[in-house]
Amino acid sequence: MSNAKKILSQQQYLNPLLAGLLLGLVLLMTFAITGHGLGATGFTTRLAAWIGMHVAPVVTNANDYLGGMVEEGKPLNAWITWQVLGVAIGALLSAFLAKRIHFQLDGKKFLGGSKRPMTALFGGILAGFGARVAAGCTSGLGLSGAAVLSLAGFTFLGTFFAVGLLASRFLKEEK
Amino acid sequence: MNEILSGLFLGAGFGFVLERAGFGNPNKLTGQFRLTDWSVFKVMFTAIVFAAVGLMVLERFGLVDAGSLFVPPAFLGAAALGGALVGAGFAIGGYCPGTSVVGLMSGRIDAAIFLLGLLLGTVLFAGIYPNIEFLTTLGEYAKADALPEAFNISSLSIDIGMVIAAVGVFVLGSWMESKSKGPVSSQV
Repeated sequence: MSNAKKILSQQQYLNPLLAGLLLGLVLLMTFAITGHGLGATGFTTRLAAWIGMHVAPVVTNANDYLGGMVEEGKPLNAWITWQVLGVAIGALLSAFLAKRIHFQLDGKKFLGGSKRPMTALFGGILAGFGARVAAGCTSGLGLSGAAVLSLAGFTFLGTFFAVGLLASRFLKEEK
Repeated sequence: MNEILSGLFLGAGFGFVLERAGFGNPNKLTGQFRLTDWSVFKVMFTAIVFAAVGLMVLERFGLVDAGSLFVPPAFLGAAALGGALVGAGFAIGGYCPGTSVVGLMSGRIDAAIFLLGLLLGTVLFAGIYPNIEFLTTLGEYAKADALPEAFNISSLSIDIGMVIAAVGVFVLGSWMESKSKGPVSSQV
């Protein structure tokens, strides 16, 4: 098997140094082409606005935060929507080639055992709320913000890791 | 480049690399917080340093205009509070927003639930926005948005410092991995 083919089909995760260099290359290309970095919650916020527009149009229109996004009726019409769609396609392709697609409820061992659906939901709520306070998430503010040496990016990463370390002490591993 | 195409291609590269690194797997991701798997630190530090050095080089050659790059405003209190909440959400939920998309695409139901939580958290934020709007501009540092201006140091010096810090992360991380059960190297 050729080397490239081996890397594409192997079950083992990629060496972190190589993965980091490749991620850095994608990030650098993103800055060079678009002038900004990579993100994620820019999309989920717009998706929330889009769902709101269809489920509760009056409330969403009147909302101070989401109202502006639905004003023209196309909250999903943004670069970040295509980028997150791209993330999904790229991840699917990679997982498929490495035969890593398995339907499962993962993370029970470390994240709550039988209460895993609750830890996933609660963690998502915290992250979704926090990303709106900071106007960015691990990708948008942490990764991209640190690459342009921003104070906000490094500040975000600092508390992100400190509180993550602390919070994970409260989760017991299932034997 | 066309906006749709650039989003799709750059996003696909992002998603592909995240999945390759094992970042769709919540056991691997949260291993960073248990200090048994340092891949999150290693990958993020390497990517940040590579992009920061790359941007500096591209700017020197006039290929990128530093003034036109988006630098997030220095609302440091908001960044700290948001970072704390996203960090807690990551440790408890097993993902950050971007990696939950990767987890979902590899068939993980818990990642779908996390994504649902993200939407709920966003709606909750929007619902009480008038009362908490002040949080989003908390702790503004008026003097500068980026490290070079804030501390009057050249980008080159900061980049060199970050390379050294990244090497330190690899050394410390690999040592701590060898003292514990080590990194999650595959799905099973």
